[in-house]
Amino acid sequence: MKAPILDHLRQQFSEATLAHGTVVIETAPTELLTVARRLQAVLGFDLLLDVTAVDWPKRTPRFDVVYHFYSTTHHVRVRVKTRVAEDDPTVDSLVPLYGSAAFMERECHDMYGIVFRGNPDLRPILLYEGFTGHPLRKDYAKEHEQPLVRYRN
Amino acid sequence: MSAVIPISPVAAPGTRRSSLSPSFEYLSTKKDELIGWARKFSIFPYPFVTACCAMEFMAVSSTPYDTDRFGAALPRFSPRQSDLLMVVGTITHKQAPILLKVYEQMCEPKWVMAFGACATSGGFYQNYATLLGIDRIIPVDVYVPGCPPRPETVIDGIMQLQDKIARQKHPIITETF
Repeated sequence: MKAPILDHLRQQFSEATLAHGTVVIETAPTELLTVARRLQAVLGFDLLLDVTAVDWPKRTPRFDVVYHFYSTTHHVRVRVKTRVAEDDPTVDSLVPLYGSAAFMERECHDMYGIVFRGNPDLRPILLYEGFTGHPLRKDYAKEHEQPLVRYRN
Repeated sequence: MSAVIPISPVAAPGTRRSSLSPSFEYLSTKKDELIGWARKFSIFPYPFVTACCAMEFMAVSSTPYDTDRFGAALPRFSPRQSDLLMVVGTITHKQAPILLKVYEQMCEPKWVMAFGACATSGGFYQNYATLLGIDRIIPVDVYVPGCPPRPETVIDGIMQLQDKIARQKHPIITETF
């Protein structure tokens, strides 16, 4: 049942590969909105499941920003990846297309410091005001604490 | 316990003799025993429940294990009405101010139980989010180990706390009585 849509996707996107049964589309940050719009409007991927990132400390560009889309008509997922550099970790926000992007982009901004151009509200969502740094980056020391309450001793 | 009324001994060098009479001091120790006995069987817990340990808290509260046998069955969901703060689960740095506020709202006398590995020491977490033990921000009376603790462990913790309450001084009128 899933095979026709997978084949169709791979024909539509020449750069698409298959990993563990999921179509993976790698794209440039400038092309991201175009790809997402095409997935939503033409191919029926109407649900944005997740926005996250991967930190590759030794690689340039350093970050992968990863999106998962789901189609409630075809019942398949597709993964879209784009690479951003450490000195300017900016990608376009998907809020104009998917409302669910708003919170997930805030979380990704908390954890990795990715800036989503066009997201109207990038305040901390899981972290708290006053927290400095991005804890899921590989160079954030795991024992580093930023307590809100003064310790007793 | 012995019924012999202790005759107050000669004060050791360097210590100040109490101005109160020996019989008053004897009465005051009995007062502590009486109030300790009453308080240890009327523990009103406030369950500060944040994580998976809650399942064990439910198990130990309900029929098969039944903390009502120890006078500690009725959870109060207002810190103002409770005297045992049971911190059940992981406390994050973001949540620490809330825990501190709840502790400060409780009236004296109050006791704190760290329920499970996370509340005791942070458990297996060591990261940006987790407070490594609630005793960094509030004093703890009894630590219950386990991830999660078995109901028997919790009951043992409650009994140890009861012993501690029974042995405590219970000032109710002034510092000395």
